[in-house]
Amino acid sequence: MTKIVEKHPRFIRWAHWLNFPLLGLMIWSGILIYWANDMYWVGIPEALAVRLGLDYRLAEGMGWHFFVMWPFALNGFCYVCYLAFSGEWRELAPDRASFLEALLVTLHDLRLRKELPPQRGKFNAAQRLAYTGAILLGMAALVTGLAIYKPVQAGWLTWLLGGYEAARREHFLVMLALAGFFAVHVTQVIRAGWNNFRAMVAGYEVVEK
Amino acid sequence: MKTSDIEPGKLRARLLRSLGLGLAAAALGGSLFLWIKRGASDDGAPLPLRRAFQVNEKIWARLQSERLSVARPEPPEGQEPRFNGGLGLEDEVDLEDYTVRVESGERRLNLDVAALRALPQTSYSTDFRCIEGWSEVLQYKGTRFSDFMDAYGVGRKSDGTPYRYVGLETPDGGYYVSIDMKSMLHPQTLLTYEENGRPLSDENGAPVRLMIPIKYGIKSLKRVGRIFFSDERPPDYWAERGYDWYSGL
Repeated sequence: MTKIVEKHPRFIRWAHWLNFPLLGLMIWSGILIYWANDMYWVGIPEALAVRLGLDYRLAEGMGWHFFVMWPFALNGFCYVCYLAFSGEWRELAPDRASFLEALLVTLHDLRLRKELPPQRGKFNAAQRLAYTGAILLGMAALVTGLAIYKPVQAGWLTWLLGGYEAARREHFLVMLALAGFFAVHVTQVIRAGWNNFRAMVAGYEVVEK
Repeated sequence: MKTSDIEPGKLRARLLRSLGLGLAAAALGGSLFLWIKRGASDDGAPLPLRRAFQVNEKIWARLQSERLSVARPEPPEGQEPRFNGGLGLEDEVDLEDYTVRVESGERRLNLDVAALRALPQTSYSTDFRCIEGWSEVLQYKGTRFSDFMDAYGVGRKSDGTPYRYVGLETPDGGYYVSIDMKSMLHPQTLLTYEENGRPLSDENGAPVRLMIPIKYGIKSLKRVGRIFFSDERPPDYWAERGYDWYSGL
């Protein structure tokens, strides 16, 4: 017999894996749009972009962006509702102690510290902060996006965000932060190994054989 | 988290089921993407993306209010607005003897700029937003499109209801747009003859252009040569090239 724990509920696994291509398509189509305006302070190397098929294609980019935004938002909305109603949010929400603990976890993972603080629940404090942050970034992407998409009809929102150009910069910054989250996330998943990864596929984690 | 005991064989079956389902979903998603990307297109946009534009248009056209594009401090007088494209402006025109052709039902009018200047004047200073993403503050002066319609009794059918669409073209027909009537009746939609306190330059559409700040700049046609009204959607240059026809902000 193998001893297992049920780690990730089915709903969360589906929402997680759906979000992967949806966010990917949003970033991809966003980069197709990016070239039409030279206000962003991060320069994507053009030769690389052309090779990767990420060159200036404004019409195509806008078409995809304003199509995929719906399933992206809907999936995120369902995910957040599930977290709220199932009580799973308790596994993600940081508390006051999480900030210091997250720092200690980070130092440990960077091999600057030997001990790990004791983990409370499914995720350690650094994970709690990172996952909660990713959800907030997803919401911020929608809000800043709306401020750019409808700066007249949602003019109050655009104003709140500091104006049309500021909202654009914020939207871009949110994308960079999500891309940064993704890079760290994938690195950490690889480091954590198969048992951890399998839990997001099949739901269970093996405790002992 | 609760622990439970399970036979290794059953566990393997469970994993394979999840992996299989995941791979099938990934294959389905990938095929869907390629099907959209490589499948039929409608005016330069893949068909499902064109449909999405149209669904978004339905939603936003319904929600669209009379809300104004927010007033901004006037730019310095005489500052030349950014020039971003000369479509429809290639041919020389005689500005001394310029008329705008107006077609509404059976009526045909040829209006010179003096006639437009004689109508009530309106001025705004607000953001002009390009579909490329840049924006700039422009002060512009002209006559509201709604005032123009009322003054000349055009744009309405015999029963008084307005036509659904307005079409506008440059004199050479090289650039053309069509816009929904609700947006054309918006108070900031002006037949414009001055920008930043000066008469329009050739580059920016002398002697008269449309300014409609509740839409992307692609709709603010320069050098209006022809205005016509229709219940059928007239052609639109960029909508034929993969862009959203509505382009409302």
